[in-house]
Amino acid sequence: MSTSASGRGAVGTVPPPHGGHDEPAPIKAVKLRHPWRNVFAVVLVLILVLFVLDAAQRPAYDWPTVAKYLFDRRVSQAALVTLELTALSMLFAIIIGVILAIMRLSPNPVVKSVAWFYLWIFRGTPVYVQLVFWGLIAIIYQTIDVGIPFTEPWVSFDTADLIPVFWIAVIGLSLNEAAYMAEIVRAGLLSVDAGQDEAATALGMSWSQTMRRVILPQAMRVIIPPTGNEVISMLKTTSLVTAVPLTTELYSRTRDISAETFNPIPLLIVASIWYLFFTSVLMVGQYFLEKRFARGIGDRPDAGPGPIVGTPATGVLPAVVQDPTIGAKQGGDAR
Amino acid sequence: MTDVNAAPAPAASAAEVPMVLAEGVSKSFGSNQVLKSISLEVKRGEVMCLVGPSGSGKSTFLRCINHLEAVTTGRLSVDGQLVGYREAGGKLYELSPKDAARQRRDIGMVFQRFNLFPHMTALENVMEAPVLVKGTPKAQAKARALELLDRVGLADRSDYYPAHLSGGQQQRVAIARALAMDPKLMLFDEPTSALDPELVGEVLDVMKGLAQSGMTMIVVTHEMGFAREVADSLVFMDGGVVVETGPPREVLANPQHNRTKAFLSKVL
Ligand SMILES: Nc1ncnc2c1ncn2[C@@H]1O[C@H](COP(=O)(O)OP(=O)(O)OP(=O)(O)O)[C@@H](O)[C@H]1O
Ligand SMILES: [Mg+2]
Repeated sequence: MSTSASGRGAVGTVPPPHGGHDEPAPIKAVKLRHPWRNVFAVVLVLILVLFVLDAAQRPAYDWPTVAKYLFDRRVSQAALVTLELTALSMLFAIIIGVILAIMRLSPNPVVKSVAWFYLWIFRGTPVYVQLVFWGLIAIIYQTIDVGIPFTEPWVSFDTADLIPVFWIAVIGLSLNEAAYMAEIVRAGLLSVDAGQDEAATALGMSWSQTMRRVILPQAMRVIIPPTGNEVISMLKTTSLVTAVPLTTELYSRTRDISAETFNPIPLLIVASIWYLFFTSVLMVGQYFLEKRFARGIGDRPDAGPGPIVGTPATGVLPAVVQDPTIGAKQGGDAR
Repeated sequence: MTDVNAAPAPAASAAEVPMVLAEGVSKSFGSNQVLKSISLEVKRGEVMCLVGPSGSGKSTFLRCINHLEAVTTGRLSVDGQLVGYREAGGKLYELSPKDAARQRRDIGMVFQRFNLFPHMTALENVMEAPVLVKGTPKAQAKARALELLDRVGLADRSDYYPAHLSGGQQQRVAIARALAMDPKLMLFDEPTSALDPELVGEVLDVMKGLAQSGMTMIVVTHEMGFAREVADSLVFMDGGVVVETGPPREVLANPQHNRTKAFLSKVL
């Protein structure tokens, strides 16, 4: 294409300016019409308006009931439980996920395989099934014993008393999610240039210092966007803890209320509005987090540092080749 | 200093312990022997330039000196201390990661591709290791970092992120970062090879100043002008062996080996 150094004008759509004007005239051309595009847009709007008008007066939606229960105390408390479930499950999932990711990158084959096995189990079975299993934990392991295996335990706890249902739900959700987080974190760690590790190590940083201060902050850029999606996904997955069964969160609670009112539809709308509200807030939060971790990287200008050339330097003799006008401050002295 | 062929000088006792002493150092990656019985000595305050064709093992040798790689055979010591091992009762014990990290603190390293931390400003890059590794108080580390940035001519760039600095500026920050740990030895692995030609001079000038201040340096480079002017000794490596070594002017003007001649004719 444009190989000449002065070929800038040839690349754009602007014809070379006639005369000596430095400001080329903007193109005057008849715009290409897209009639079908416009028709489609109009049809879409029409359908939407029809739907809204219809929904507004359709009795099945029962908007007065929606309004009545939207800020009902029982509902808002359940919404809070949903938030707690989401936050705690994600917190543990991220911690376990980081550990699993590091285990998968370990040079020790046993450690690596254990992490792989974990992922195989927890990603290979539906989360709903896992939650049912966790709900049955008190039946499978009726007591939790502390002591030396195969001897009389020192203390013995009743599992059902020891772990409240809420925490069983958190365990079930976070262990499942950890498997997905592990893959996200691993991809993030692998995205960081090996030279970073090397530079940090050469400065005398320990492995954990290097991880904490150098590798993880950079991996965050790759980790955060999919993690944001996972949080949003987790918020919705909490509706499955009814399998445990935990019934104090948003979906179960609205279902229980609708069992009293004999009208499930408005309460489904109530739950949906709450879920939508939370996911919208999370999306805003994700946006700001991404900006924060793009520090120093995201806004890299096109003309970055000198290209990393693969060819060896060809013995530039400083005295001869050094352009005295460039870097004259330092390079101008006798060579 | 006059003891040129300091053959067996293992125990660190005399005042004139060389800064770097390699005795029959070999390194293999699997069956690929990359370093073959390297014996070298760098005295305190000396600058050694290491040249050789690609793949001759220059980077590997530097990486062995600060134990980023473990040597396979031979003895390698820095300032009288065995690198990566502890010797007791005629036996070698591998150092714990903590002790190995402690050894590396005193050895600065500068990389071809700078490897600055992109999420930190120039100032933060320089401050990071002293604060984190040595526990230097922040204010003190900052003052020292600013002083070092000034020394490499970048006092006005301390708040810039690496992405907003030119290659030459990045490399000078990288040098300041290494100096912040007060190393007794600096290793440079082709510090100017990734730079545009017009940016090479500013980095070499900083290195020259460093050499004049008495820093012990090992520099892998293709900049023969720098080697001639600054280095006390020039080592030519090829295929994992030291082919020729001597004062740079002599080696450059009058290479003894054909391989050296062939290489120099390409580089000069
Ligand atoms: N981690 C490693 N694993 C296996 N082989 C390696 C490793 N590092 C280096 N090598 C091999 O060792 C040899 C020497 O590499 P080295 O990087 O030391 O050469 P060099 O002299 O620095 O070359 P260059 O001028 O290209 O930087 C090469 O053949 C390389 O493939
Ligand atoms: Mg190299």
